Amino acid sequence: MKQVFGYPESLQTRPNHYCPGCTHGIIHRLVAEAIDELQVREKAIAVAPVGCAVLAYNYFNCDAQQAAHGRAPAVATGIKRALPDRIVFTYQGDGDLASIGMAEIVHAANRGENITVIFVNNAIYGMTGGQMAPTTLPGQKTTTSPYGRDTATTGYPIQVCEMLSTLKAPAFIARVSVHDPKNVLKAKEAIKKAFEYQVNGKGFTLVEVLSTCPTNWGMTPVEALKWLENNMIPAFPLGTFRSLEEVSK
Amino acid sequence: MAKVTFNEERCKGCEICVSVCPKQIIHMADRFNSKGYRPAEVIEQDKCIGCAFCARMCPDVVIEVYK
Amino acid sequence: MAERIMMKGNEAFAEGAIKAGCHFFFGYPITPQNEIPEYMSRRMPEVGGTFIQAESEVSAINMVYGAGGAGARAMTSSSSPGVSLKQEGISYIAAAEVPCVIVNVARGGPGLGGLTPSQADYFQAVKGGGHGDYHMVVFAPASVQEIIDLMYEAFVTADKYRTPVMVLADGLLGQMMEPVVLRDWEDLQIPEKPWATTGMVSGKPQSVINSLGLAPEELENLNLRLQKKYRTIEENGVRYEEDGVEDAELIIVAYGTSARVSKSAIAKARAEGKKVGLFRPITLWPFPSKRLAELAEAGKRFMAVEMSAGQMIEDVKLAVNGKTEVEFYGRYNGAIPSVTEVYQAIIKSFDNREVQK
Ligand SMILES: Cc1ncc(C[n+]2csc(CCOP(=O)(O)OP(=O)(O)O)c2C)c(N)n1
Ligand code: SF4
Repeated sequence: MKQVFGYPESLQTRPNHYCPGCTHGIIHRLVAEAIDELQVREKAIAVAPVGCAVLAYNYFNCDAQQAAHGRAPAVATGIKRALPDRIVFTYQGDGDLASIGMAEIVHAANRGENITVIFVNNAIYGMTGGQMAPTTLPGQKTTTSPYGRDTATTGYPIQVCEMLSTLKAPAFIARVSVHDPKNVLKAKEAIKKAFEYQVNGKGFTLVEVLSTCPTNWGMTPVEALKWLENNMIPAFPLGTFRSLEEVSK
Repeated sequence: MAKVTFNEERCKGCEICVSVCPKQIIHMADRFNSKGYRPAEVIEQDKCIGCAFCARMCPDVVIEVYK
Repeated sequence: MAERIMMKGNEAFAEGAIKAGCHFFFGYPITPQNEIPEYMSRRMPEVGGTFIQAESEVSAINMVYGAGGAGARAMTSSSSPGVSLKQEGISYIAAAEVPCVIVNVARGGPGLGGLTPSQADYFQAVKGGGHGDYHMVVFAPASVQEIIDLMYEAFVTADKYRTPVMVLADGLLGQMMEPVVLRDWEDLQIPEKPWATTGMVSGKPQSVINSLGLAPEELENLNLRLQKKYRTIEENGVRYEEDGVEDAELIIVAYGTSARVSKSAIAKARAEGKKVGLFRPITLWPFPSKRLAELAEAGKRFMAVEMSAGQMIEDVKLAVNGKTEVEFYGRYNGAIPSVTEVYQAIIKSFDNREVQK
C-alpha cells in the first residue's frame, strides 16, 4: 500500500495550539502542501501576523518573521526587496489585514509586490476573545456587537477580494473556503497557484480563505462548518477575482 | 483496499472527520489521549475507500491515508 | 584622497548611508527632511539598491524591519510626527534585535507643530518612545561632515549590537550646506548574519525574527539579554567632545545645533575672561554620564542649552547627582537660540555667582 495522504515537510511536527476544530489548522496544512509541491521550502520566508496565527513560525518549517498587528505586508515587502529570489508570504487574519492593516495590504497590492498573502477570514477577532471584525456579518453577535452587528453604525462586512480587484497591479486574487473536502481541494489549488505566480515573478497574489472560529462563534466545529457555508459564502462569494492568465487571454 | 491511520496523540476530538466520512466508519473513542481529548478512530477499516476526506478536513494532521 | 564637496545636511544623511553600504531605503515625505527620500529615489537605482516611498511611516519602519531581518543594511528617515508613528516598529525592532538606522530630522512640536528646527524629541529618542524596556543608540551630529561619519558609525553599531540606531538632528542641520569629504570606508564589510531570515538553504537551521515571549521566563530572558547588551553599549559606546573644560568653572552641555551656537557664545565669553567650556554629547544614548560625573566631582557647574523646554538637562542632572548646580537655557517654540542669547545666559550665570559670593 502506498501513502496517499501524509504529513507535509513544510509543516513542523509540533502540534498546533489552535482550538479543536479550528480551520486555521487546515489552512496551515494547505500552505505547507503547496510549498512542498513547488519545492520551495528552503527558499520560503513566512511573515506571521498578530492574531491566533501569531505563532505560525512555530508551525511552518521555514524561516519566519513575526510582524506587528497588520504590518505583515510591509514586513514582507522589506524581505522580498532584500531577497527577491526568496518566496515570501504573509498569513493574516481579518482584523490584522482588513482593519488595522488595511493601508499595508492595499499598498502592497497596489505596488504589485511579488509576495503571497494568505488571508484567513473568520468574521471575528479570534485571539482577543471574539470581538467584532471588519468582516463580521450584519446581525452577527460578537462580544463587542452583543446586539448583533448594526450596519447603521458599524457598516458592512468588507469584501477584501472585490476591493483589491479594483487595483491594476495584483496578479492573482481568489476567495476559497475550507468547509468541506471539495472546497479544501479547491482552496489548495488556489493557494498553490498563488505561490506558483510568485515563483514565476508575476506579482502580488492573495488568497482569502473563509475559516471558522468555533470557540468564539459558540458552536461545535461541525456546526461552525455549516454556519460558514450557509452564512459566510453568501456574504463573501467564492471565486477567482483576478488571474493574470485569464486577463491576458 | 485502503487504510487510514490516526495519530491519536495529536487529535483534539473535534469530530470533523466523523462528519465528513462518506462511509461513516469514524467514531470517537471511549478513552482519552494525554491531552484529555477523546480521539477519533476507525472501527471498520475494511470499509475504508481511501477518499482521504477525513485527512483533508483534519485541522491537526492526525490522519494518514494508504491505498 | 577624496575631494571636498559642498553638501546639504539632508543629502549627507542619504549619501552617508549609501557609503556605509545601505542599499534599502523606505520612507514617507515630511518636511524638513524631504531631500533624504528625494536623494535616495535618485541614487538607489544607481547603486542597485531599493527605494520605496511607503504608504506611511508605520509601513516604512516595518519594511525596514523586514529588510533588516533578512540581513540587509536598511534605513528610514522622517521628522518628528512621522517618527512618532514609527515607535511601534522601533519597539518591535529593538525586541527582535534587528539592526537598522532611523534618521530623525526633528521639527517643533507637540502635535503637528511647525517646520522650524527643534530638539524636543530627545525624550522620545533616548527614553524609549515606544513601549517596553528598550533603548536605541542615538547619535547627534553637529555638522554635515559629522552626519556622514555618524551614518557610517550608525550602521556599524547597529550590526555590531543587533540594535536599532537613531541619528537625531534638527531641521537646521538638515538644511545647512557645508564642505565635506566623502570617503569610501576601507573597512566597509557587512558582517555575517546567520540569524537573518534568508531561507533554510542547504540545511541552515530555522531563523525566526520575533518579539513574542508568551512564557514569562522567555520574556524575562529576552529582557535580561537586552539589558546586558545595553550595559555593554554603555561601557563601550559613549562618544562626546570637550572644548575648554579643564579650566572651566561653567560647562555648557549641548548637542547638535545648540552646541554650534553655544560654541560661538563660549568664544565670546572666553574673550571676556569667563572660564566657560563646552561639553557636547555625540551619543545621547548611551549618555556620557560618567565623564559629566567626574567633571561635577571636580566642582564644575553646568548649563544645559537646548532647543526644547529642557529634556537632556534631566540626564545631566542625573549624572551630576546634586554635586553642583545645573542651569538651563532653552528656546522651545521651534526657535533657535541666538549666540547673543546664550552669551547673555552665560554672563548672567557668572553675575549671579558674584552676587551669591
Ligand atoms: C497594535 C495592536 N492592537 C491590538 C492588539 C490586540 N490584538 C491581538 S490579535 C487581535 C485581533 C486578531 O483578529 P484576526 O486578525 O481576525 O485574527 P484571528 O485571531 O481571528 O485569527 C487584536 C486586536 C495588538 N496585539 N496590537
Ligand atoms: S479562537 Fe477561533 S480562530 Fe483562534 S484558534 Fe480558537 S477557534 Fe481558531
